[in-house]
Amino acid sequence: MSTVDRPLSPHLQVYRLPLAAILSILHRATGVFLSLGSLLLVWWLMSVAHGEAGFNNANAVVGSIIGQLILFGFTFALFFHLSNGIRHLFWDAGLGFELPAVARSSVVVILSAAILTISVWALAYL
Amino acid sequence: MSLQTPLGKARGLGSAKEGLHHWWMQRVTAVALIPLTIWFAYSVACIAGAEYNVVLAKLSSPLNSILLVCFIIATFYHAALGLQVVFEDYVSTKAVRIICIVSADLLLFFLAIAAILAVVRISFGGQ
Repeated sequence: MSTVDRPLSPHLQVYRLPLAAILSILHRATGVFLSLGSLLLVWWLMSVAHGEAGFNNANAVVGSIIGQLILFGFTFALFFHLSNGIRHLFWDAGLGFELPAVARSSVVVILSAAILTISVWALAYL
Repeated sequence: MSLQTPLGKARGLGSAKEGLHHWWMQRVTAVALIPLTIWFAYSVACIAGAEYNVVLAKLSSPLNSILLVCFIIATFYHAALGLQVVFEDYVSTKAVRIICIVSADLLLFFLAIAAILAVVRISFGGQ
């Protein structure tokens, strides 16, 4: 029997993902996204090291509307990965595995990521 | 009594005994990054929109330089470990997988060195 003719079991796209599953894949997605964001950090540090002209040039890019939107995205990704990462460390210690606990910690992760993101941007702008 | 099958014994392939080190270092860098990330985000927010001299003074203070280098090392190490797992999960061809992992490792190593040297240059006053 040819392998292509075999019946397939329903895969990911058939199901509505529960919140915990969405946060799980978001953890990985933000991790990859933040790895790309490290390029921005290296570029900014090298610009500052290059002197005042490099600094002003970098600030013009980062300070533009698109630059600010990208930075906002990175800020949220960073705080989401941080909050969910702390939850992962609790899981590693064997804590919070029960479904009601997972449902609660999912909400805590989203709220703390949002609050931290807004706090940092308020601090930057006020 | 060994639970290993005769075929398994003949192939001689077992655990490379390297998995725990990867897992453990991902946790060690994660724990280090909890305070470092909060410090980093707070510091960046504080110098947002500041003049060149203010930013230079802030970045070149001894404590900030040390913390920034720690943040860079922990971040790039953590990223290398994380990306390795992503490649292991999604790239099924062994040769391509190894090329992806090694390329990512070398690129992240290069970026970490570039970032650390930038911090050193900044702490010596820029240029």
